[in-house]
Amino acid sequence: MAKDGPTPLERFIQGILPENPVYRQLLGMCPTLAVTGNMKAAMTMSGAVLFVLLGANLMVSLIRGLLKPHLRILVFTLTIAAFVTVADKFIAAYMWEMSKELGPYVPLIIVNCIIICRCEVCASKQGPVAAAADAVGQSLGFALALASIATVREVLGSGTWFGIDLGWRAAAYDNYKLVLMALPPGAFITLGLLLGGANWMASARRRRRPQA
Amino acid sequence: MPVAPGPHIGTGRTTRRVMIDVLLGLVPVFAAACWVFGWYALMQVGICVASCLAAEALFTAMRRRPVSLGDFSAVVTGVILGLSMPWRCPVHVDVVASFVAIGVGKVIFGGLGHNIFNPAMVGRAFVTIAFPALLGAGGYLYTGSGTPPTDVVTAATPMTVAKHLAAGKAGQVAGLWPLFLGNVNGSLGETSALACLVGGLYLCIRRTAAWQIPLGAVLAVAVIAGVGNLLHPQAQWTVLHHLLGGALLYGAFFIATDPVTSPLTPRGKFIFGAGMGALVMVIRTYSGYPEGVQFSVLLMNATVPLLNRWTVPRPVGGPVPAPKAQA
Repeated sequence: MAKDGPTPLERFIQGILPENPVYRQLLGMCPTLAVTGNMKAAMTMSGAVLFVLLGANLMVSLIRGLLKPHLRILVFTLTIAAFVTVADKFIAAYMWEMSKELGPYVPLIIVNCIIICRCEVCASKQGPVAAAADAVGQSLGFALALASIATVREVLGSGTWFGIDLGWRAAAYDNYKLVLMALPPGAFITLGLLLGGANWMASARRRRRPQA
Repeated sequence: MPVAPGPHIGTGRTTRRVMIDVLLGLVPVFAAACWVFGWYALMQVGICVASCLAAEALFTAMRRRPVSLGDFSAVVTGVILGLSMPWRCPVHVDVVASFVAIGVGKVIFGGLGHNIFNPAMVGRAFVTIAFPALLGAGGYLYTGSGTPPTDVVTAATPMTVAKHLAAGKAGQVAGLWPLFLGNVNGSLGETSALACLVGGLYLCIRRTAAWQIPLGAVLAVAVIAGVGNLLHPQAQWTVLHHLLGGALLYGAFFIATDPVTSPLTPRGKFIFGAGMGALVMVIRTYSGYPEGVQFSVLLMNATVPLLNRWTVPRPVGGPVPAPKAQA
């Protein structure tokens, strides 16, 4: 195998922070906004994405020699759809409450652009090892982004984290709960502020090391 | 302020002068609030102004911009926000509203003159949704034991009563005279129609506020409520109740007339005001909220760029310029 593209380790590290799918590539905004009301939903979604991305990346990487350029997106989508169906049925079978809460967002992983993007950028060009490392790295980056948003929203909006009471939730606390943060507007506000913070940190790092 | 085609002539009107004018216009409203709610009015407005100034100082420092407290725009935001609060609103709600108003409503867009939504209403809408228990109908009622600070706070707000009546429940409609003078429960600044009219007319005469906006809003409400009145002649909540009750006059004169977030042209201003009035009536009649001035103003703020393109004025003697093609 000729050395083409980044090594598996580079792929893995790139996905977590330098090319974070949410904060750096702005992909997968739909689940990012929709299922980050609490940590449980966000982590279930991250797990489903990890499974689908890993499966799709490996499969596409194995059949990359057979791909025809004009049909490749179709093949990607069908491959992803197969894994999404497995994930959807699994969640419905073993986590019925969570399946109801996530609603259409599990089937919608099919059109999650993170996965099509990784199939296109990495899996259709590199071997299975690099593709798997890429899938895990990108999924971890996605999980990290979802966790950061869900933490802010769940703590401010419900006073809990992973459904666990944070201790300061006396009856009077109801007066301090920012219900808005658990509602859709809270997702936009949190994402915007965290995205601004991520950009600010990136530009601060660039200022310190101009050549990097 | 209307912006006409050139040539232009400079005047001494500075942002600071305009903002002081708005504060002068708010004096009767504040006085009425103090008369109705006593020290609570001073407390709410004081907390909101102090938090708005703190937020402005903090966020402009974060952006490394020169301190802009001297132009009084944050003070105006604070006073308008404070006067839109219920009398017994807890301190943390005021502080959250002020920081959201200045931070998310203004500084994040680049500061005064760049914001697309009215900052005070961004803050007010945020806490309305974030703390439904504290800013809903219950947030206006006196619940403690002992003597209430003033008599009005023991009764539901007139707008809540109107909502109950519309739902077929019993309720005592506020008289027109108390609604006019302001001797009813409600948000601090909205209760007195008289004070809003006095302060608002001062702003219109000083040309600090464009008269087209309140005129459009009042006309729209009068027409829509008038039609409703004709259809239901036996209704207890009449056109005059719609005009005098709630935050319509306060919003039309002091909130919607913010020069940054209202259209540039006179025709655009009138349409802006009329749209706001119509939305107020829609929200009052069909939504779960008893009053809808804050959401109407925010929705109409979003249409301002469209209104500006729609109402491009004709230069003297020239043809109507075609709006610039969208890339």
